[in-house]
Parts: sequence; C-alpha cells; structure tokens
Amino acid sequence: MANKLDSKIPSGDIESKWSNAKFDYKLVNPANKRKHSVIVVGTGLAGASAAASLGELGYKVKAFCVHESPRRAHSVAAQGGINAAKNYQNDGDSTYRLFYDTVKGGDFRAREANVYRLAEVSANIIDQMVAQGVPFAREYGGTLANRSFGGAQVSRTFYARGQTGQQLLLGAYSEMMRQVDAGTVELRTRREMLDVVVIDGKARGIIVRNLLTGEIESHEADAVVIASGGYSNVFFLSTNAMNCAVTAAWKAHKRGAYFANPCYTQIHPTCIPVHGENQSKLTLMSESLRNDGRVWVPKAVGDKRHPSDIPESERDYYLERVYPSFGNLAPRDVASRQAKYRCDEGRGVNESGKAVYLDFADSIKRLGEDKISERYGNLFEMYDKITGDNPYKMPMRIYPAPHYTMGGLWVDYNLESTVPGLFIAGEANFSDHGANRLGASALMQGLADGYFVLPYTLGNYLGGTKLEKVTTTHDAFKSAADGVKQEISKMMGIKGNRTVDSIHKELGNIMWEYCGMGRNEAGLKKALQEIPKLKEEFWNNVRIPGEANYLNVELEKAGRVADFIELGELMCRDALERNESCGGHYREEYQVDGEAKRDDANFCHVAAWEYTGDNKPATRHKEELTFDNVHLATRSYK
Amino acid sequence: MAGKHLNLTLKVWRQKGPKDQGGFVEYQAKNVSVDASFLEMLDAVNEEIIGKGEEPIAFDHDCREGICGACGFVIDGEAHGPMRTTTVCQLHMRNFNDGAVLTLEPFRAAAFPMIQDLMVNRSGLDRIISAGGYISANVGNAVDANANLVPKADADEAMSSATCIGCGACVAACKNASAALFTSAKISHMVLLPQGKVERQERAIRMVGAMDAEGFGACTTTGACEAACPKDIQLTNISRMNREFFSANMTKREKHKDGGAG
Repeated sequence: MANKLDSKIPSGDIESKWSNAKFDYKLVNPANKRKHSVIVVGTGLAGASAAASLGELGYKVKAFCVHESPRRAHSVAAQGGINAAKNYQNDGDSTYRLFYDTVKGGDFRAREANVYRLAEVSANIIDQMVAQGVPFAREYGGTLANRSFGGAQVSRTFYARGQTGQQLLLGAYSEMMRQVDAGTVELRTRREMLDVVVIDGKARGIIVRNLLTGEIESHEADAVVIASGGYSNVFFLSTNAMNCAVTAAWKAHKRGAYFANPCYTQIHPTCIPVHGENQSKLTLMSESLRNDGRVWVPKAVGDKRHPSDIPESERDYYLERVYPSFGNLAPRDVASRQAKYRCDEGRGVNESGKAVYLDFADSIKRLGEDKISERYGNLFEMYDKITGDNPYKMPMRIYPAPHYTMGGLWVDYNLESTVPGLFIAGEANFSDHGANRLGASALMQGLADGYFVLPYTLGNYLGGTKLEKVTTTHDAFKSAADGVKQEISKMMGIKGNRTVDSIHKELGNIMWEYCGMGRNEAGLKKALQEIPKLKEEFWNNVRIPGEANYLNVELEKAGRVADFIELGELMCRDALERNESCGGHYREEYQVDGEAKRDDANFCHVAAWEYTGDNKPATRHKEELTFDNVHLATRSYK
Repeated sequence: MAGKHLNLTLKVWRQKGPKDQGGFVEYQAKNVSVDASFLEMLDAVNEEIIGKGEEPIAFDHDCREGICGACGFVIDGEAHGPMRTTTVCQLHMRNFNDGAVLTLEPFRAAAFPMIQDLMVNRSGLDRIISAGGYISANVGNAVDANANLVPKADADEAMSSATCIGCGACVAACKNASAALFTSAKISHMVLLPQGKVERQERAIRMVGAMDAEGFGACTTTGACEAACPKDIQLTNISRMNREFFSANMTKREKHKDGGAG
C-alpha cells in the first residue's frame, strides 16, 4: 500500500520543481481538449476558478453547487485579505520568505514542494484578479495597498475593505459565468454531490441530488474535481456558513480517497462570543483587526469592572507580553491558546467569562476614527449589529471559534487523490497549510489550485491516461445511484423523535469538548465512546418530516450530519494517535510552558486514513515529510 | 440587554411548491432572546414545528453574516425587514418589541419564480451577469498588478458598487420589479476601472438586454431599491448605467466582417 501515497514531488531544487513539472507534464492539443469533459463540484474560489480556467482552455466543464447561485459559496465570507509575495512594500518579502513563513506557520507538517509552488504563483494571482477587475484597496498614487497578517513580519496582504473573499469570489464567479455564456461551462445549481462513480479504478462521474425536485441524477466525465470546502461545521458552531459540509469529500473518502490529518483544525482567535442556546453559528472578526487592535484582559482574576474603568496599569496585553516580536500578530493557533489560558485563569471578560478584549482606543487616538472606519468600517458595523455594542467606543469582546480545517482529502503534488482522476482543490484538500494555516492564505490557496495548478495537472492526467468511453448507463452509475436512493429512503423511514439540529448540536458539544482547542488521551477516548452512541441514536431516532421528492431542507441537513458523525470519529482517532502537539492540534500531554511540543522523531508525517467499510476502523497510512530547505526547528514567535 | 426575552406572533406565507396555492399560517415565537438573529428565531420556531411532525418553514440562508446574499424575505412589507442596510440574517431581535405581530412573505416578482414558502428562484440575476458582468481576461494574460494605476477615488467607488450581494431585495422593493440597481452596480463597478473600459459598450447593451429578457420591469427611479438595499448601493449607479447604455447604442461600431488577419 505504501506506493499509494506517492507524493510525486518533481525533481530539482525547490525553486525549479514547478517549472520542471510543467515542462514534463503531458499536453492535450487544443482540438482534443473539447473532447474531454471535467466535472467540478463546488463553486467557491477553488471550484469557480478551476471551472473558469478549464473552460477557457476548451475543456467541456460541468460545474455543480448546492447553492442557488455559485456566488453564494462560503469563500464569499472571507474578510481580511490574500497574501502574495509581491514585495510592493519594499520590506524584504520574497517568494522564499512567503514559503518559509507558511512552512513554519504550519508547524512543519506541510509538504515543502507544494508550499513553494503556492508562494511562487501567489504573485500571478494578484495580477490575474486585478485584470479581472477586483477592486483591491489602493494608495493615493494608484498603486495597490497592503496590510499585515499574523505569522509574518512583512506587509504582503492585499485586501478589498473587509470583504476580500467576496470580491475575489465575485471575480472568479464572473469569469466562470463568462464561460457559461461561451458554452464551455455548464452550470448545475442546487445539486448536492452524494457519490463518486469509479470505473476501472478511475473517477468517471458523480451522483447528485437535485435539491428542488429530489431527483437523483448521474453525470459522467473524464475527470472529477472536488472543491467542496472544509468541515468546521462538525463542531456545529463555527464561522462556516450553514450549508458547509463534509459530504462531498466524505463520499469520495468512502470510494477510496484517503483522508489526511483530519485532526488539524483551526480555531480562529477573534470571533464574536456565543450569546446563548439558540445560537446557529459564530461570526468571525477578521484577523486584520489585530493590525490596529490590542488584545487584553484585566490583570486581576474576576475583575468585572467596565473596561473603561480599568486603568492601563491593571491591564494585561498578554500577546504583546508573551510574544514581543510578533505581538498582537501572533499566528492563530498561538493567539487562540493564549486566549483560552487567560479565560481558564478566570481573567476572561463577558458574563460567561469566555471572552477577551480587542481594543481600538489607541489606534483611534493615533489615526482618528475616519482612518479606522476606512479600514474596518464594515466589520465594526457587523459587530455592532450582532452585539448591540459600538466598537468605536467600547472594546470588542472576542473568543476563539472553529474556522478552517487544514486536514482534508490527501492529494499528491498534482492535487490528485488516491483515486486516479479524482482531483481535490481548495480547503477540501490537505495540502499546503500543515497543522496551522496563516491568515490570508486560504484565498491564496483556493485560487492557486484553480487558476494555476489544476489546468496543468489535469491536462497531464487527461493527456497521459487511456480513458474508455463511459456513459451513465454503465452499471457502476446505476448501482451508485441505487445506493444513494436507498440511503435516503432509510433516513426518511426512521421517523424518530429527534430533530437533526439537536443531534448535530450534541455532536458539536462532544467535538468542542474533547477535540477542540485542547485535547488529551482520556477525553479523546471518551469521545470515541460517545460518538458511536450518537450514530446509533441518529439512525434510530432522527425525525425528517415531509418527503424526499421535493425540496426538503431537513433531509439535506440529515445527510450532512450523518457524514459529520462519521468524520468526527475519525478526527478523534487521528488526534488520539498523533502523540504530539503541532499547530492547531494541541495535545495537553505534549507541551513546554503552554507551547506546542512536536515529536519530529515519530510524527514528522502526514497521517492518511483509508476507509475500510462501515463501522470498521480506518487504516492509518503515513507519508513521511522531509524538510530540505526550511530546517525543522521549534516554532517561536517570541 | 442580555437576558431579555420576547414573545411574537408570526404570519408566515406557506406554499408547498411552485404550483400550489399558498396562504398565511400563524405561529407563536415564544421566549425569544433579544440577542438572537431573526433567522435564529425562525430556527427555534422550526424546531417546534418539526416537533409536531409538520414541515418547517423553508427560507434561503447560508453565511448568516450578511455577505452571501442567500437570505431575504419581506417582513411587514419591507424587504429584509425594518433596519436599513441590514440583511435579514443580521437583523437582531433587540430591534423588535414584545408582543409584535409580524408578516413574513417571499420576495415577489415575476422574474423570481416561487420555490417553497419564503424561497424564490433568483437565477435570473446570474444570467444577467453571464451576459456581460465580467472582464474578459483569460488566465495567463495578466500584466503586473501595479502596471495600471487606478486613482484611489475610482477604486473606492468601484468597490462601493461591487459590494452588491445579489440578494434581490431591490427587485422585491420595486413596484415594477426592476433589476436596474443590481445590473447597474455591476456595470458601474467594471466601467469605473481602466480594465473594464475595453468592453463597456457590449457589456451595457448585453446586460440591459438580459435584464429585459428575464422579465424584470422598467426603472422609474422611485428609489425604493436604494432604500431596501442591505449594502447601500446608490441610485447614481442607475444613472451611470443609463448613460453607458445610451452612449453604447449611439456610438457602437459594427463588428468588422473580415475579422483579424489570420
């Protein structure tokens, strides 16, 4: 089985690997491209950009999304920015520095060659998006503006107010809609992928449910790209949109795609705290706010005074104190853990004691309210609407929340999964962020995969693979579609007493308690007892009203929760077997003074899990990681 | 405010499918936290409905941060409800009074066919974008991002137009169900930037044509759209669209029959 995890890293120095690979890749001549069909599942940054660029090249593309419109994909909600090694600020940035920061930021658990390629194409992304009309922030001279993000000491983040994800997504969406107009991309909205069809060992199509009619549809292609996003909603409460799910990725996993590092989840330090039982999701306050906001708690335990009554000398600006060189811009995993420690010490604010202050008073004094409003106006407004507090007058109250998942389907350098012809892009794959993602790098990765990597690597696959013609009348399509129909009728037939949401909340509580910001052996073992019980409960007692042959939101949610339960179990097993702390995976047993303690001798590898059947333990495979350029070192932001 | 709770009466439009006859059904929302969002209040009502074995109220929603544009229905005659520049997902219950009776209806427009309850089909807006709401820049052709300077004021104004979330509230608020604000926001965003000027004529003609073909009504500049817009998209966008459209029709050049040399 070892050869299944061939990462296919190209030869040569780190700087020349991508050039070498592109030269070695097989090409498909222009007349043959239109004979090849490609399915793209998901229309966020990675999916929309992949569909657009593959369409431009002349492939026949079919794009699918669960949303009513591709423009609703959750990439739209990214706020702060996108990194690129442009060095427009003359502050010492370079491709190598972005590569270095990302490998270090990921706590040495990412594949060097992938990360270098990401840094290399980052500059092209900005050029491309500007050409497409993305209205990035600019200086008075007309050049592009930058700001800083966590884990970096240079200013390399491009932004469009606090709506960078929206503007980039609309850019990629527009380009895809141009291809729809040109007839190269066929768009199918309100479709949820419920299976991958594998014929002769290769991905040859998908089964989807039409969410409006309930119809089960089969679609064939020469290759399939899954760009369906991350799985933070396993925690129920996260910053992800309500419809974000692991379902497409999980179905692919069950068809043979290994799932890598599921325990690497990112808990974002600056989110609006939980308000009560009815809470449906959490809202992020962009990391960019830490450019001008200072994080603090009272020095005294249990100090419940109004923040303006707490004098400067009685405040603990703990990030500036513990990490003097990075200060408030310490990376996300580090900043989140520090917030947790302060609250665990009893110094948290808010009625719940589960919040810290993010204070703009100094910046407002220094720059004026207008400047702060220009930079973050929409975020301040959003905060005001949600909490009823005005952050220009009163410090924001924030707390960490699940936000992003570094883990995902295993891919080689070509973004191909362990199922030939099945490619995974964006947050859905595991590839570039190791155990912790740096801020403003998700947008970069999604667009890199879709615009600059897949057009080459998919061409290589299609040009170098013998593909028999298949149609949806093939038995494999029929049996996959039957399987999907059976699962739906099984769920509909339970007619139990529990709502889908109540089971999802219970799963979320287990995951947050035992597999959240801090994890330990006893807790993970407890979770591994609780989750199978919850699975039982779901399959015996869930209640889905209505029928399956029209729009049925509860049925959609039920399918997603069933997959989250199975994923949750795998996350806990992965977390239990990784006996070290790294990045967002913090095992309380492995620490030095509250900082993550890696075990490079035993865990300098990717854990890639193979599905072996329902209720059977998945098999753990390893891809060893080597660090030839950025040498393994203890990460320090002090 | 924390800890306060409200009781409300909701009159909700229920309609099982496009062909069914819909009607209002009354529900009680009890003990609603003032810190909850409007959609969280509806979630709780739905949990109760499911508990009774009935089908929950269907409404579109996703990010719940006011940016994806998926949510939107009419509360007491106002698209996205009573708060200015606020989507229904960002509307919080502290803005309502205890004992209020609220009427919830879908966005109604001929170009937005009914789906279920509070959900309508707004894909006509995608087709307007597909007709020209883009800049044709194939991957691989881009010059350095700083090669073309853009005056900050132009970039800022383009950004203000580009913040449109495509929710369709402008259409729902308009007595003619016009999509002029939506379409003009995209035309403005692109034409304010140097990159977007190359295709300005064809873009204006095709997008306006698509808007009409989809069955959206004519604009009579009443400004109802601007008042309902959760992203504060300005009426000046419509003036700019009209200017672009008229000028494009007057100065448009015929396509050269011979094409390029080849």
